[in-house]
Amino acid sequence: MQVDRSARFGDAAKRERPEAQIFHHSFPADPLSVRTALRAAIARFMRQLTADEAGTLELILAEVLNNIVEHSYGEDGVGTITLSMVRDRRGLSCSVSDDGVALPMGCLRAPDPALSSRPEPAELPEGGFGWFLIRDLAEDLGYRRENDRNLLAFRLPLGITENPG
Amino acid sequence: MNLSAEARAGALVVYVGEERLDAAIAIRFKDRMREITQQPSRRVILDMSRIDFLDSSGLGAVVAVMKSLAPTRSLELAGLTPNVAKVFRLTRMDSVFPIHETIEAATSEGVRHAG
Repeated sequence: MQVDRSARFGDAAKRERPEAQIFHHSFPADPLSVRTALRAAIARFMRQLTADEAGTLELILAEVLNNIVEHSYGEDGVGTITLSMVRDRRGLSCSVSDDGVALPMGCLRAPDPALSSRPEPAELPEGGFGWFLIRDLAEDLGYRRENDRNLLAFRLPLGITENPG
Repeated sequence: MNLSAEARAGALVVYVGEERLDAAIAIRFKDRMREITQQPSRRVILDMSRIDFLDSSGLGAVVAVMKSLAPTRSLELAGLTPNVAKVFRLTRMDSVFPIHETIEAATSEGVRHAG
């Protein structure tokens, strides 16, 4: 199976030995620090990502981090965010923690899994897209409140071909 | 916030000279667009070709501009880069904006009369 894969996807072998396995960064919860952290995180893993994967990673991270800036530390606006990312065989495993207010549980999944949680385009919504994008793009999304800290974890799958057949 | 505007073929073309339209500048973008669109023009076309990153705050700001122009004026989009197009596609907001390949295409084809 392993032989099959590398024979079919020439780049796969290269991607099996990533140069940077871990990214760990703490920064102030404000929009410009989020921008800087995003740039650093993407730069660290850039050589292991396609342009599309890099765009998806940046989007998920931006939505998660900006949500903390706007809602978790919303009142006084002062706090710290810690972002950790680990590259493994299946993709990028990410965890984000902060000391702000607890995340409303409704954010993690749609009230009715049978219904799409996407805001209705015809109603011209100006918000509500952030968690929709996170749920849509991230895998294994999990949340824990522990010792007055928020811990959010998710995974970005990598190296999946669009047309495996 | 780097925005510039010019009248072209009867439309007001607004060029966004920023690489990111995100939470850090979404409010300033809305404010500047409100000033710029005081110039009368039925069509307003946003040239997004410089933007390579758009998040949900940036998307919300673009929607807010469209709503501020409605119902007598339209907001159209041109030059979406792949990452920006993806956000519009995932949220299905590509169904509510006229989207053009380029500003040239947008201004030469004029108003499309579908159907």
